[in-house]
Amino acid sequence: MALLEVNDLQVSFSTPDGVLKAVRGLSFSVDEGKTLGIVGESGSGKSVATQTIMGLTQGARISGEALFEGHDLLQMSTHQLQHIRGAQVGMIFQDPLSSLHPYYRVGWQLIEMIRAHDKSVGKHKARDRAVELLRLVGIPQPDRRVDDFPHQFSGGMRQRAMIAMAMALNPKLVIADEPTTALDVTVQAQVLAVMKRLQEEFGTAIIMITHDLGVIADVADDVVVMYAGKAMETGDRSTIFYRHHNPYTEGLLLSLPAYGDDRERLHPISGQPPSLITLPAGCPFRPRCPYAFDKCVEEPPLFDIGRAGDHQSACWLPTDMRKREKVRRDTLGKAAEVVAVDTSEV
Amino acid sequence: MVRFLIRRVLLGIFVLWVVSMAVFYLFFGLNKSGPNAVASRICGKQCTTQQINAVKTRLHLNAPLPKQYWYFLFGYPGKDDPNGLPRNHGILHGDLGYSYVNQQSVNTTIKQSFPITLSLAVGSAVLWLAMGLASGILSAIRPRSLLDRTFTFLALFFYSMPTFVLGVLLLLLLFYQLTVHGVSWFPAGGYVNLTDNPAEWARHMLLPWFTLAAVTSAAYTRLTRGSMLDVLGEDYIRTARAKGLTERRVVFRHGLRAALTPIVTQFGIDLGTLLGGAIITEQVFNLPGLGFQAVRAITSNDLPIIIGVVVIATTAIVLANLVIDILYAVLDPRVRLH
Ligand SMILES: Nc1ncnc2c1ncn2[C@@H]1O[C@H](COP(=O)(O)OP(=O)(O)OP(=O)(O)O)[C@@H](O)[C@H]1O
Ligand code: SF4
Ligand SMILES: [Mg+2]
Repeated sequence: MALLEVNDLQVSFSTPDGVLKAVRGLSFSVDEGKTLGIVGESGSGKSVATQTIMGLTQGARISGEALFEGHDLLQMSTHQLQHIRGAQVGMIFQDPLSSLHPYYRVGWQLIEMIRAHDKSVGKHKARDRAVELLRLVGIPQPDRRVDDFPHQFSGGMRQRAMIAMAMALNPKLVIADEPTTALDVTVQAQVLAVMKRLQEEFGTAIIMITHDLGVIADVADDVVVMYAGKAMETGDRSTIFYRHHNPYTEGLLLSLPAYGDDRERLHPISGQPPSLITLPAGCPFRPRCPYAFDKCVEEPPLFDIGRAGDHQSACWLPTDMRKREKVRRDTLGKAAEVVAVDTSEV
Repeated sequence: MVRFLIRRVLLGIFVLWVVSMAVFYLFFGLNKSGPNAVASRICGKQCTTQQINAVKTRLHLNAPLPKQYWYFLFGYPGKDDPNGLPRNHGILHGDLGYSYVNQQSVNTTIKQSFPITLSLAVGSAVLWLAMGLASGILSAIRPRSLLDRTFTFLALFFYSMPTFVLGVLLLLLLFYQLTVHGVSWFPAGGYVNLTDNPAEWARHMLLPWFTLAAVTSAAYTRLTRGSMLDVLGEDYIRTARAKGLTERRVVFRHGLRAALTPIVTQFGIDLGTLLGGAIITEQVFNLPGLGFQAVRAITSNDLPIIIGVVVIATTAIVLANLVIDILYAVLDPRVRLH
């Protein structure tokens, strides 16, 4: 049984401009001790999806289920959820400065976490544990730094402190929402290394949310590629990198500096993600997809690719690469015709 | 910290100096008739010019402005005369002088009125913070709820109500109408010493407290609501919830703690306004506090009382602001005092 199994999660907000569908039928599962990477452009619903699971989105319409060890988190009362948050599922957020309370000492915030779930731990013991945790995540002189305020820490140290907090009660799952985005590259690598080390030590499962495929390549066992509130492609890491099927995944990979054909130029996906309020009919990626063809006016479901059942893609393209190239050439040909017609008219 | 304190004390002395100079200038420099008015008032309607001049000499009212200020600082020249008028020893000796009108010691007058104004100010500040914070927090926890709308309406209602109108209205409704119908919960005004009878003290102060607190507390309802709503949307509040803390702890220990800082800042600014409102409230409820004395002294050109009240009020505001600034640094660890 998977540690966390999310089925057909839907989350929508009512905004002044209309209903915003942030997550539209997302399913994924995380196994014990494994890392699931969720990758996608900004606004694809990664944060909303994971925060909804933990009951942290307010004023949203939610449906679906999120089974944590078989119990549906979405049906739990706030009180029940409070026992799971922190103790069973730790969370790490993008900006460590704004995620730590500016008016409380780092140690105080760690101690609060420890004692919130186990009142029997004495203040002194909790403090010792806090120092130990800071040492564990690699903060120098932890017995002194434990009394610092967050603004006295560097960016990397703050994120280490957040990790220490998320890991404090040895949770089964840690949800890390872009934990390295706000950090510079060398610090990013250090922070990821700390997380990996703790995962090996304690057998924690991790959901790693990122828009950086480099991070995915570094840590993920399985990957969900998200676009416009749904999964475009899921598979294990090597499938996503070397045998991907979905044009959106391909677009993300081509925009990686070291992956595209020439290393100098980046190939960002052209165009913008669609509005989640007035979502166009058909495949949400269609306006930006270089392969888009007739069939794409209908929204593709998540197809199984191959027979193993561990690779899915929401795309109408044939799985055979040669047939696929033909579709692309046909599409490009048509696009060229359209351009030709346009110029002749001017 | 020590340097901060020294700087602030020096600044406070400077403010006192400027303010007292200004009052002296207004009295002796601009208003040439000030001394004459005082003298003829003391002397009575039938006085001859000669008699008036005698009074002016007795009260040293003929001396030019700089000399007057010198007297204020160091006292009048000459020796104490056990049978004659008491002699002002100057503020630098802790003596604020004697009323022109009734020769009463200004120190004594202030000693009597200060506790009254302090009772009024502290009581209404507590009341205004309590009402403002409580309603603001409740509004912010459930924005756009019925409770929130009710508080918003009440806040607007009291905010647009001048202090004296509210005071008179309360007297009319809660004193006059109730008493007419045989219920005397509230007195018409006046003051009872806290040390004499605490219950009576509170009974006499209740309406004045509310009158003075209502307008400001309305502003604090809105301020607290806004500040809390801002804070509750912060990332660290999400972190607090993600830690599995109870909602109560999230709102109070994490939310209110951070929302308090702008409220304290505003509180420091509003302390000055509080004294302004106290003058009006003391008039309406017939409380012989500092404001009451000041109004009486101004109408009778009684400079020593005016300057005494100004000095005490200014000192109180300077000190209160100092406390607020220290409190601010205690509240926000990122703030360094300098
Ligand atoms: N409380 C809310 N009310 C209305 N819309 C919201 C709310 N929270 C999020 N959204 C919208 O939901 C969509 C998904 O947002 P989400 O934060 O999940 O994106 P993301 O994939 O995490 O992006 P990023 O990489 O920028 O963090 C966005 O369009 C966002 O504007
Ligand atoms: S379904 Fe069509 S538009 Fe969508 S990704 Fe596949 S080819 Fe592109
Ligand atoms: Mg996000």
